Amino acid sequence: MMSIESLTHPVISQLGSRAMLFEAPGALGLANQQRIWALSAQVVNWPLVAEAVPGMNNLMLTFHQPPQELEALYEALHREWQRGEAQTLQGRVIELPVYYGGEYGPHMTDVADHTGLSVAEIVRRHAEPLYPIYALGSHPGYCYLGGMDPSIATPRRQTPVMSIPGGAVSIGGVQTGVSASAGPSGWNTIGHTEYVFFDAKASPPVMLRPGDSLQFRVEKVLS
Amino acid sequence: MIEIEKTTALTSVQDLGRSGCLNYGVGRAGAMDPLALQLGNLLLGNAPGAAAVEIPLFPFRVRFLEDCAFAVSGNDGDILLDDEVLPPWWVAQARAGQTLTVNASRYSARAYLHLPGGVDVPEVLGSRSTQLRGAFGGFEGRGLQKGDRLRAAEPARAMKTDVGIASPWLRFADLSSQVQPVRVLPAGEHLAYTADSRARFWQQDWKITPQSNRYGYRLEGEPLVARQTMEMRSHGIVPGVIQVPHNGQPIIQMSDAQPSGGYPKFATVIEADLWLLGQIPPGRRIRFIECNFEQAREAWLAQQAYLQQVDKQIKQLRQA
Repeated sequence: MMSIESLTHPVISQLGSRAMLFEAPGALGLANQQRIWALSAQVVNWPLVAEAVPGMNNLMLTFHQPPQELEALYEALHREWQRGEAQTLQGRVIELPVYYGGEYGPHMTDVADHTGLSVAEIVRRHAEPLYPIYALGSHPGYCYLGGMDPSIATPRRQTPVMSIPGGAVSIGGVQTGVSASAGPSGWNTIGHTEYVFFDAKASPPVMLRPGDSLQFRVEKVLS
Repeated sequence: MIEIEKTTALTSVQDLGRSGCLNYGVGRAGAMDPLALQLGNLLLGNAPGAAAVEIPLFPFRVRFLEDCAFAVSGNDGDILLDDEVLPPWWVAQARAGQTLTVNASRYSARAYLHLPGGVDVPEVLGSRSTQLRGAFGGFEGRGLQKGDRLRAAEPARAMKTDVGIASPWLRFADLSSQVQPVRVLPAGEHLAYTADSRARFWQQDWKITPQSNRYGYRLEGEPLVARQTMEMRSHGIVPGVIQVPHNGQPIIQMSDAQPSGGYPKFATVIEADLWLLGQIPPGRRIRFIECNFEQAREAWLAQQAYLQQVDKQIKQLRQA
């Protein structure tokens, strides 16, 4: 099975009878994500589509009822993707102070073991980039971020942890993010921050959207 | 109005779940047995997706503080109005002061208590389902506790009581079978596993472990081995998706599933069998049966047609 990085054409697969997943080919990055945003904005208008949900360089579609013609739908998606339209989103930059390691980063040693880097170096590389929000998902208000330094990428955990706290800063594969509330997770927790990402009573209920960016600031590194 | 007298915090208010909020990171939630939820509502003449109380642990007991009709669905355990045993899948009239006790079924995991017009809790983001992770929706965003009081949306609505329907299990599944067959469609990464593992996925029985809940069912069996470790890009998922974490023990996403994830996906339980899975208690075993898209679609259409047929029959009963 080819990895998505080395492919030149998108991959479409079924998620049961009322959802499917469209995965963009090539390297994970903002250019691909802008095409995903544009694709999402188009297909959400198709009568069959209930929700269009961008992920990390991919798009999930859910349907009001199981599609009658799968092949026609696949072709329409390919055609729409081939048009190559990109959508640029501009937003705010939010700075988040982070306590790294120690009791706040129970899996920091796993990241150090996997990458062979010191804790100080992992922290430096993690707090360096400006992270654009690619998509929301996982749990209410949670933001998927692009732009992590691949040298600190660490595989998701062998067995998901039953609960990690809200504010947990974690690494899963080549991605990083901040838990918006306590819950189960398969990612490696390396630090902690405080921010209110979600308020069910607000309209919209989320504070951040794709196009906004996060900047982590090193508040303290604990051993 | 009813008052909860005996429950666990795993009891919650659920309807058919939220749609339109996946891009806020808000998952569907909703009843684990959507078939029972809809049938119980039809019995009372409610909208099919009206909110009900989902009960996963027994005995569960409430006291009626005023006269009110009700229905219990999803369960064939003993259902007692004071000392009177009621049939399952049944509408009855309670008088103020009476107590309803729902006992465990030998076969099914969840019961639903329905009230006229549905359970009257505020709609949040388009649904009355409890969103446990977000702590909103349902009754104050949490599971129910002793002493909580719930209102029916239409407590005084006159209706025909002492009527019922045949259990949908007779039509769709044998809940007493030791190993429950569950139909699935292959998903994105199923070819990325060794030939042995792929065969094992279909051939072996998978035990539903005690670490299973509304978020997901963690399964136990001979682990599935990927030909190489896969780190997926995070992507949308739906209830029914069977993910395989690196330990090789599958997890089936259930009603409170996160709306996205990144573990490889072997298959997805077809939507027409999700209710059945929601009724299989931890400790029991399941076996996966492969089906194709057309079969999954037909099963979904058959279930929709069945619901319409039952709706028609109940309306006729009510006019008789």
